[in-house]
Amino acid sequence: MHLAYPAVLSSLLFCTGLYGVLARRNAILVLMSVELMLNAVNLNLVAFDVWLSKAARDTLHSGQALTLFTIAIAAAEIGIGLAIVLAVYRGRGTSDIDKLRDTAESPDDGGPDGSAPDGSAPDAGAEAVTDEKAEATA
Amino acid sequence: MTPVAAAATAATQTHGFLSPTGVEIAFLLVGLVTFGAAIVTVTTKQLVHAALWLVAALGGLAVEYLLLTAEFIAWVQVLIYVGSVVVLLLFGLMLTRAPIGHSPDADSGNRWAALTVAVAAAAALVWVVVDAFRTTWVDLDGAPQGTTAVTGSILFQHWVLPFEALSVLLLAALVGAIVLSRRTARTRDANTRAQDTNTKAREGNR
Repeated sequence: MHLAYPAVLSSLLFCTGLYGVLARRNAILVLMSVELMLNAVNLNLVAFDVWLSKAARDTLHSGQALTLFTIAIAAAEIGIGLAIVLAVYRGRGTSDIDKLRDTAESPDDGGPDGSAPDGSAPDAGAEAVTDEKAEATA
Repeated sequence: MTPVAAAATAATQTHGFLSPTGVEIAFLLVGLVTFGAAIVTVTTKQLVHAALWLVAALGGLAVEYLLLTAEFIAWVQVLIYVGSVVVLLLFGLMLTRAPIGHSPDADSGNRWAALTVAVAAAAALVWVVVDAFRTTWVDLDGAPQGTTAVTGSILFQHWVLPFEALSVLLLAALVGAIVLSRRTARTRDANTRAQDTNTKAREGNR
């Protein structure tokens, strides 16, 4: 098999995942796109392992071992990621990542978002803060 | 790297340039299905459908592993990704009360910038990869390279220490997930309040 087929498929899948990570709003959809990117890397690892084990007589099979490790780490990552997303959802009432703007500097005053110093609840004057967030942090 | 170069030249002599074999045609067709499912996964407006199309994409990748003679990794892919990761994602969608039907705000406002970045990256990567591996063939004949026996022997001969370290990492991730998702009194309080505002906001939307 021509090596370009798996390599091109893996780069296309990686860029699809890249688009998903950048364009999606829901945090769980972002996690799905991250899984797509990880799978693209896995396909690359397997294809190059099959190539090198014949062409360079590589008996270590590092590509396959790294693929298995990547799959295990991706499983751990999805567990931790979903736990974080659920914690954020419980605290904020939303899992949309562009509503989580606590550390963002608002373009108007240049100060920290919420314009209320250290820990006091952001009041109605903060334009970027949504209602549910104010309720949740109060 | 002389064996690589020698194999490359030998492969160029035995294979015609762009003469597809049966494995290549199968790989191409399954790859098209996989890529299409991935595209639908990142563009569909229905969140649950995204998870289900992800199953198609990951299953297609498992078939690609089988075509590349890596059978153990193919079944691990089916077991772990299709079997558990997608189920976890569906549970996550359910627990965050994702809307079931059509949700028009699934994409954020910077989708055109994201599309530009992704298309530019895809063009650059495909160009570089095709140019680099134009004359490289994978030899799939002979003894398969990824049977379970081969994978098991290399995993427990050469990769034992990373394997054990990985099990410790999995344990740490397990404990971390439990700690992160455990409810304390304060978060429970905030939770009920967030749910109240959520239902209020939904009623306001209606």
